[in-house]
Amino acid sequence: MNARLRWRKFVSGFMLAMTGVCALVSVSVLFLILGYLVYHGGTSISWNFFTKLPAPVGETGGGMANAIIGSGKLLLLAALIGVPVGFFGAIYLAEFSGSTTAFVVRYAADLLNGVPSIVIGIFAYSLVVLPFKHFSTLSGGFALGLMMIPITLRSTEEFLRSVPNALREASMALGASKWKTISSVIVPAAYRGILTAVLLAFARVAGETAPLLFTAFGNRFWSQGWNQPTAALPEMIYRYAISPYDDWHRQAWAAGLVLLGLILIINIVARAILSRGIAVPRT
Amino acid sequence: MSVNIPPIATSAAAKETSAALAMRMSISKVNFFYGAKQVLFDINMGIATNKVTSLIGPSGCGKSTLLRTLNRMHETVRGARLEGEILLDGQNILRQDVTAHRRRVGMVFQRPNPFPKSIFDNVAYGLRINGSKLPISEAVEKSLRHAALWDEVKDHLHKSAYELSGGQQQRLCIARALAVEPEVLLLDEPCSALDPISTAKIEELLVQLKDLCTIVTVTHNMQQAARISDFTAFLLIGQLIEFSPTPQLFTTPGDPRTEAYITGRFG
Repeated sequence: MNARLRWRKFVSGFMLAMTGVCALVSVSVLFLILGYLVYHGGTSISWNFFTKLPAPVGETGGGMANAIIGSGKLLLLAALIGVPVGFFGAIYLAEFSGSTTAFVVRYAADLLNGVPSIVIGIFAYSLVVLPFKHFSTLSGGFALGLMMIPITLRSTEEFLRSVPNALREASMALGASKWKTISSVIVPAAYRGILTAVLLAFARVAGETAPLLFTAFGNRFWSQGWNQPTAALPEMIYRYAISPYDDWHRQAWAAGLVLLGLILIINIVARAILSRGIAVPRT
Repeated sequence: MSVNIPPIATSAAAKETSAALAMRMSISKVNFFYGAKQVLFDINMGIATNKVTSLIGPSGCGKSTLLRTLNRMHETVRGARLEGEILLDGQNILRQDVTAHRRRVGMVFQRPNPFPKSIFDNVAYGLRINGSKLPISEAVEKSLRHAALWDEVKDHLHKSAYELSGGQQQRLCIARALAVEPEVLLLDEPCSALDPISTAKIEELLVQLKDLCTIVTVTHNMQQAARISDFTAFLLIGQLIEFSPTPQLFTTPGDPRTEAYITGRFG
């Protein structure tokens, strides 16, 4: 009896410790990466890094201003494609569609989400790059936008569905049309979740390299326009990391640090926005 | 599906009373189906203007379904089908524009369901979506006063509606419904999620509100029906068994099944 009880206490303590260790590991991975990036790339981060073009081979110094702006332009395009399509598609799924349609769309979105990003890149290449006969910012944004659609769609739908039906009824019973109910009650009630979903999608595609290799292509100079190739941070990391030069390696680490920093800032801003407004209490 | 429908025990006194009253709504030959399942059988009754009418009966008797047909909320359910005629001020509600109709017939639900907005915005919602020309803050104050909530909330109108107690939230929902000045107010077991003190407040409120609009309420609580309503309808498995002035239904029920129910032998 006593031995049994001691054994049970041991198992309980052991399992508790295991959960704690696993939680610690998940957190420390992020901090390890961050520390590693700071250690290797911290010294290369200077004002020049944000304002100068990459230096020619053999010269030290230079920056990645073109890649930072390029990433910004690509993400803007991606958001313009991915967010509206994902958002309105989710509204259709959650509020209008029958169960069969919803099942098919949801399933397709999940499959699209699982398509390797390099395949998305090839698809964008054949659809946008080939007809225009140019690697371009446009095609890169298109590829990233395609990747954002299923992520935004599925999570937005989940958040819309979690809005209690009682709120829909309350609005309809006041004589609000279906669209009015959605736009002034359902979406505002779910907006925190939706915003989180969009930002997660954003952060996810911000670091994508493969779809850019044959779309945005990369550029050691300022991009000449939306229909011209552009540099992007993840693509620069890739090219610099596989180069044989130590200085480029340091710059690759620095670019990684900047990319992570940008995503961190987006997250912090999102949290700040989310802490305002009125949430539906859980019942 | 054919069903033998017994005659409704409507007493001579009830007929006399109802003949003298103006009828805001009238329900005739209403049959209601969820898919193939029939849940209401040949319902005929009138809703008297500026009176409180209660629908009572055991769970699943169709009283909530009947209530929801009155502002066509049943249409939000897939596979629901209504046969028969429901008139509001002599016009068939099924031929009206549904949003316009719901502005005339408001509804309060079983559980308080305020929007995740401020107290003020909750009440203003109906006015805003209807493009009301009235000054909104005056209309909000008026509705909150009608719902006997104004004194409790006037100093924090811009706080979240969820900071109110359950009873206050339900009165807020009543204020929200009243803001668009409906002719009829439907309440689906409005007190079932509330404590006795909040329930008493809402009952008192309903009796006062009948000067403002016609009230139809569904309740599980027979004492409540007896306290607040002028007319009571007793439903059983989708049929209207008895519909009489409240004192009469509770003291001299005309149907043995009504008597069995109100004396607590079932349900």
